[in-house]
Amino acid sequence: MKKTTEKKVKRISRAGLARSVGGNAVNFIFLCIIAAFMALPLLYVISNAFKPMDEIFVYPPRLYVINPTLSNFKNLSSLMSQSWIPFSRYIFNSVFVTAISTFLQIIFASMAAYVLEKREFPGKRIFFGTVVISLMFTATVTAIPNYIIMNSLNMVNTYFALILPAAASSMGLYLMKQFIATSVPTVILEAARVDGASEMRIFWQIVMPLVKPAWLTLIIFSFQSIWSTTGNGYIYTETLKPLNYALSQVVSGGVARTGSAAAVAFIMLLPPLVVFIVSQSNILNTMASSGIKE
Amino acid sequence: MNKISLGEKIRYNLRLAKKNYDCYLFLLPFGILFAAFVVMPVAISIFFGFTDFNLLEMPELVGLKNYQKLFVDDEIFTIAFRNTIIIALVVGPIGYLASLLIAWQINELNNVLRAVMVTIMYAPSISGGAYTIWQYIFSNDSYGYINSVLISLGVIKKPVQFLSDTEWMLPIVIIVMIWMSLGAGFLSFVAGLKTIDKSFYEAGYIEGIKSRWQELWFITLPTMKPQLMFGAVMSITATFSAGAVGTQLFGSPSTDYAAHTIINHLEDYGNTRFEMGYACAIATVLFALMIICNELIKRLLNRVGT
Repeated sequence: MKKTTEKKVKRISRAGLARSVGGNAVNFIFLCIIAAFMALPLLYVISNAFKPMDEIFVYPPRLYVINPTLSNFKNLSSLMSQSWIPFSRYIFNSVFVTAISTFLQIIFASMAAYVLEKREFPGKRIFFGTVVISLMFTATVTAIPNYIIMNSLNMVNTYFALILPAAASSMGLYLMKQFIATSVPTVILEAARVDGASEMRIFWQIVMPLVKPAWLTLIIFSFQSIWSTTGNGYIYTETLKPLNYALSQVVSGGVARTGSAAAVAFIMLLPPLVVFIVSQSNILNTMASSGIKE
Repeated sequence: MNKISLGEKIRYNLRLAKKNYDCYLFLLPFGILFAAFVVMPVAISIFFGFTDFNLLEMPELVGLKNYQKLFVDDEIFTIAFRNTIIIALVVGPIGYLASLLIAWQINELNNVLRAVMVTIMYAPSISGGAYTIWQYIFSNDSYGYINSVLISLGVIKKPVQFLSDTEWMLPIVIIVMIWMSLGAGFLSFVAGLKTIDKSFYEAGYIEGIKSRWQELWFITLPTMKPQLMFGAVMSITATFSAGAVGTQLFGSPSTDYAAHTIINHLEDYGNTRFEMGYACAIATVLFALMIICNELIKRLLNRVGT
């Protein structure tokens, strides 16, 4: 009896549990079909961006490109240079807003996450409970009431209108707290306290370096959300608007701009995708601790 | 069991708060922003929902008038409400289960294949505005991908008016949203599955688990309940804040409001008409829907693995 169990365990470690070759094959085919559904539209985006005009309007439509060209990107850049605001200004706006809000968020969220996870004080459960519920209330959902607040604080039509709400993202605090729970050992903190280190010092010199892997994830999430904002509703002055707004204006230009619009879709797609590919293992590491525990 | 009186409890908490006052200082910077831009909007929505307010004049209390208008007189809101619920009921469960099944299958692959698959599956949800490509795929004329394929296969003779036929608008929004539904929740599942202790499976096997489905239900799912909850929150977020996809593909408002959602209605009254009181009532309804949905899912998830 004991022997068969041992045998079983051995088989498990070699071939995985309760798996059949047929089942594995079916599952892999299932994955490939879904992968095709996910990837085809994106391939279409990519190939369109490099198609010359005659290929974009060819019948029947083709998924691939025969004579790749950069003319769409050239058209886009000449289109952009006609606008009375230099293209670089929009890029600056997007980069500036993303950088400042992400910086603020990392510092503020880490500070809050540290005490919420490692210290005991009245009110912390209510505070964190509110954060978890508010994970559902994203910027889209709170946009209108937020406008009333911005308006009363005189922040409509300033960078603050984009920066501050992004810095207050509950997702950042949430991920940071869960990450601290699994990767900052309480023993180290206690040892530092015994040695007489102040809380500020413990936070900056022990906690912050340990949660560095989670920084990148926070940076990427906030980059993704800011990359796709147009700032509509909060920002009226053309010179303060983010890149996505300028690009979305090109897309709404009709049939004549089909080529440039394809280039725009490609430009919008590329940065988040590349950033994700480069940092995938890091993000998955952070997300491993993302579960909601009760 | 000796009961602690309320007074003692308060005194104890005050002492604890005094001793750990520095915690509040750490919490303060985030707390201020969080209160101003996340908690306040919800509070403000609830309050202004009972008023008439156009940003210029002082808000005027009108009681339940906004809600009466919403649920009784505003036929467009009824459409928006219905569409949002349909989207949530279709996209939510499908996206959620797909995230789980796909993450589960990806977990069986080797590292290289897994990285490639995760990227492909996750890409649509971070593609920014790239979903406008569906406009070309569903294009009304025979240049549209779907139309051209269907015509060449002989299924149809004339191109289907996917983007103008009101019958097709909601289904198309749903397809595009399902395409984009493998987001943060999906990543959480992938990461969670990777970290499950192998010895659980070995123990389960000895206990008599026979198929991978039993393994999923009795071992994998109960172990990753926290991730399941997080995924649920993420999918509520995504489905109830639907609106941008419809606007992008069919314009705002869409013909006959066929793809109109609560968010579109909210933006219409908030950004265009500046009827802030009414917009806030709409937002309050949305918050309530999300919280109710979250509660229901929590109850459902507590039954997993039993």
